[in-house]
Amino acid sequence: MTTLHAGTAPAELLRPVEAERAFRDPFEPSKRSRATAWVALFALLAAFPIVFSNPAVTSIGVFTMMFLVAAIGWNIFSGYSGYVSIGHAVYYGFGQYAVALLIEHWHVTPGASELAIIPLGGIVAAAVAVPVGLILLRVRKHTFIVLTIAAMFIFQLLAFNFAGFTGGSAGTNVVSPPWTGTVFNLPFYYIGLGAAILALLVSWGIRRSKYGLGLLAIRDDEDRAKGLGIRVTRAKLIAYVASAFFVGIAGGLYATFVGAVYPQFAFDPTYDLAIAVMVFVGGLGTLPGPVLGALVLAPIQQYFYIQFGASTLYLIIYGILFIVILLTLPAGVVPSISDRYRSWMASRQRRREEATPTVGGAMPVTVPAGPVGIDDGGAR
Amino acid sequence: MLILQGIIDGILIGGLYALMGAGLTLVFGVMEIINFAQGILVILGAFLSYSLVRATHIDPFVTILITIPAMFLLGYGVYYLLIARLKRDRVIMSLLVMFAVAQVIEGVLDIAYGGTLVQIHASYVDTSLRFGSINIPLVYLYAFILSAVLMGCIYVILYKTKFGRALRATTQNPAAAQLVGIDVHRVSAATLGIGVGLAAAGGMLYGMTASFNPASSYDLISRLLVIVILGGFGSVGGAMAAAIIMVVIEDVVAVTWSPVWGQTMFYLVLVAVLLFRQQGIFGKQIARAQ
Amino acid sequence: MNLLEVDEVTKAYGGIQALAGCSMTFEEGKINGLIGPNGSGKTTLFNVMTGYERADSGSVHVAGTDVTAASPDQVFSLGVGRTFQLTRIFPRLTVVENLHVASQRDGGWMSEFSRWSSPSEKVRSKEVLDFVGLTRLAAEKAGNLSYGQQKLLEFACIMIARPKAMLLDEPAGGVNPSLLLHLGGRIKALNEEEGTTFVIVEHDMEFVMGLCDKVSVMHQGRCLCAGEPETVRSDPAVLEAYLGTDMREVAR
Repeated sequence: MTTLHAGTAPAELLRPVEAERAFRDPFEPSKRSRATAWVALFALLAAFPIVFSNPAVTSIGVFTMMFLVAAIGWNIFSGYSGYVSIGHAVYYGFGQYAVALLIEHWHVTPGASELAIIPLGGIVAAAVAVPVGLILLRVRKHTFIVLTIAAMFIFQLLAFNFAGFTGGSAGTNVVSPPWTGTVFNLPFYYIGLGAAILALLVSWGIRRSKYGLGLLAIRDDEDRAKGLGIRVTRAKLIAYVASAFFVGIAGGLYATFVGAVYPQFAFDPTYDLAIAVMVFVGGLGTLPGPVLGALVLAPIQQYFYIQFGASTLYLIIYGILFIVILLTLPAGVVPSISDRYRSWMASRQRRREEATPTVGGAMPVTVPAGPVGIDDGGAR
Repeated sequence: MLILQGIIDGILIGGLYALMGAGLTLVFGVMEIINFAQGILVILGAFLSYSLVRATHIDPFVTILITIPAMFLLGYGVYYLLIARLKRDRVIMSLLVMFAVAQVIEGVLDIAYGGTLVQIHASYVDTSLRFGSINIPLVYLYAFILSAVLMGCIYVILYKTKFGRALRATTQNPAAAQLVGIDVHRVSAATLGIGVGLAAAGGMLYGMTASFNPASSYDLISRLLVIVILGGFGSVGGAMAAAIIMVVIEDVVAVTWSPVWGQTMFYLVLVAVLLFRQQGIFGKQIARAQ
Repeated sequence: MNLLEVDEVTKAYGGIQALAGCSMTFEEGKINGLIGPNGSGKTTLFNVMTGYERADSGSVHVAGTDVTAASPDQVFSLGVGRTFQLTRIFPRLTVVENLHVASQRDGGWMSEFSRWSSPSEKVRSKEVLDFVGLTRLAAEKAGNLSYGQQKLLEFACIMIARPKAMLLDEPAGGVNPSLLLHLGGRIKALNEEEGTTFVIVEHDMEFVMGLCDKVSVMHQGRCLCAGEPETVRSDPAVLEAYLGTDMREVAR
């Protein structure tokens, strides 16, 4: 097998088609259908608390939004760069403490003005992420994972120890807004939804930018990416800070919604497990993956917590559920479905081509589809 | 004198941390698994010994004859049941799986024992040797001796047995080890078994030297991870040295200043070291690029 | 004019002296061959020249700029791209995405956050893909390509950045003869059309002797001799170093 099909004279074999056309992924759903799906999804999410107005249900909805924001944010760094952080609870914690303490120190009146403080949770978290990221990102993957966990414990310890500032183990309280009944959850829900949309737009913008491509290159081979001119430290730090910002927003939302901040729940070692599993289940490093994972798993987690939260039975059930999911869906739902869809489309196309042999020039690409072309004797 | 007391306590307890950390670093070295469950497994070992002592009134040190084999089997089983089935992203997936395993064990222990702090009792728990103003609790000494003996066993297994050679080969290059006929899965399962078995022994000793409940596992695992990083991932000797150095620093700061700062110092040393040596104190630089 | 200058460079790994005072120059606009037995320091020299490893002593210059202590990205931005003995592409990115990784630094600092797939860039990457004959596989994940195709892709990844010099480490290794012919043709074309300088490490003597304007021979971490392929071929010291392997066959 030493024949050259496309390699010898590609310019002659290929009609001079537009570059755009040559690169189009034939199996990708069109831009319009993808945009429609996103709009439909967020319309459903926006309508959800109006349709199901029961406070017990909308409360689960608020927690789901917190996880949604955090999962999309977490994926911006860990999904795209491949550096898995198990210590983003640091920023969840900083978001919580920043919002709770600022509300306390500025004597913010309970109500809508409290909600205006939530973005500051994200900003403080992002500010903390700069020096922490500079230290953590000096090391490579395995050590990085462990260091992120260690960082989380360090900040938990500090939150306990600087009791004069944080309230120590007694925690810090936030006076809840004076809203009642079915209305109480709604502002929190929509702030969460808005933050999730913002996070998704940022994630989408990064994915299609040169910068995002650099991050993905770092995921595959960091040294090589550096060798091709990518400023890797800068790239990783930007993504790290961006993801910390969104996790900090989730923390700020938590602090105002729940009304109490404790070191062990702010810097919670199991928080990142929950986020990571959501993103892994949906599809690490994909745009819709974290959305899907969070929307499916966060309500289940909340349900278990409400049902069995009195004992640690919920830990057992959720732990087992995690293991089952990780073992049965290792690649994540989105990549699995997209792989299957592609191979199905490809085989359908092959069948169609066999049925109607193409005349030269009838199609933009006349090179036969399938595993032919430049062949090097099958060494793969 | 206070400092000397701190150093002695640090060395003795450091030996115990070295034992628990050895299980963690060994498992990482062979199959790149960050066993996040090591902390709760130590606590599980402690509770098993605690229950055996309460039920049968045997000496705590005898209980490890039962708990080590039992927890070896647990580790062996977890490998074949869970870890061996992971096909891709093994480092992070196995970490998440072990994280989930830790949650399940924590939930079970919490239901079985509740959150109250307990300690394993023996007649000599409150006895100590006195040399002038230096006070050496007998339990610390016993713990150090047993840790040293078990670490000796690990050394013999690693460097004097055929299994040890297979294990070291797997550490360096699993694919090449497989090519020369080493059953990598069996070696990995046995290694996880040994790591978890060491947690059983460490748990018994930990349970005698400190009071514990299921939530103690988080403090434990964070310290063990720091020790393993500083010792250089996968290096048993490095973990031993790092454990002793770190606990000595912590204890000296604790007795001369305050326990809270002793604990904080533990982490500050980590940050300081990593600013200058990214591979830990004892880790080696990767040799040759291509 | 010499584009790349290596002066008295040493580099040791433990007890192995990979480079022992190696001095060499590579002229601009030429196709330079770099040959030598296994372990003679060719790949180490590449690593030192491109910033992947730091020399123990000596200096490296690219077009007059000292790059002895430069990082790989700095060397790359000076216009020196390289490939690896074992191909290094980004397996989970598509073929087109792989190409665009190298064109990161074009434009101002904010341009980094613009789309990577702008129309003008697509035209450029189509040119490059047509050049190496991989256009049909543009949307395929690079990890799904065969080894030979990955070699071509790696070549294209460097080429798209229009480097002044391309350092190729064993481009013929594991590539079948006809694909090699194709690759040789592409190198020649690029050299003639764009004036790109090449440094090629290779064991395939026929490939090197047929393609290169100048050949340098390395032995035990030093430059043994350098010159026209004809001169090198008949140099007794070279024959000695290779001790009757390929060289004698070529010499005959």
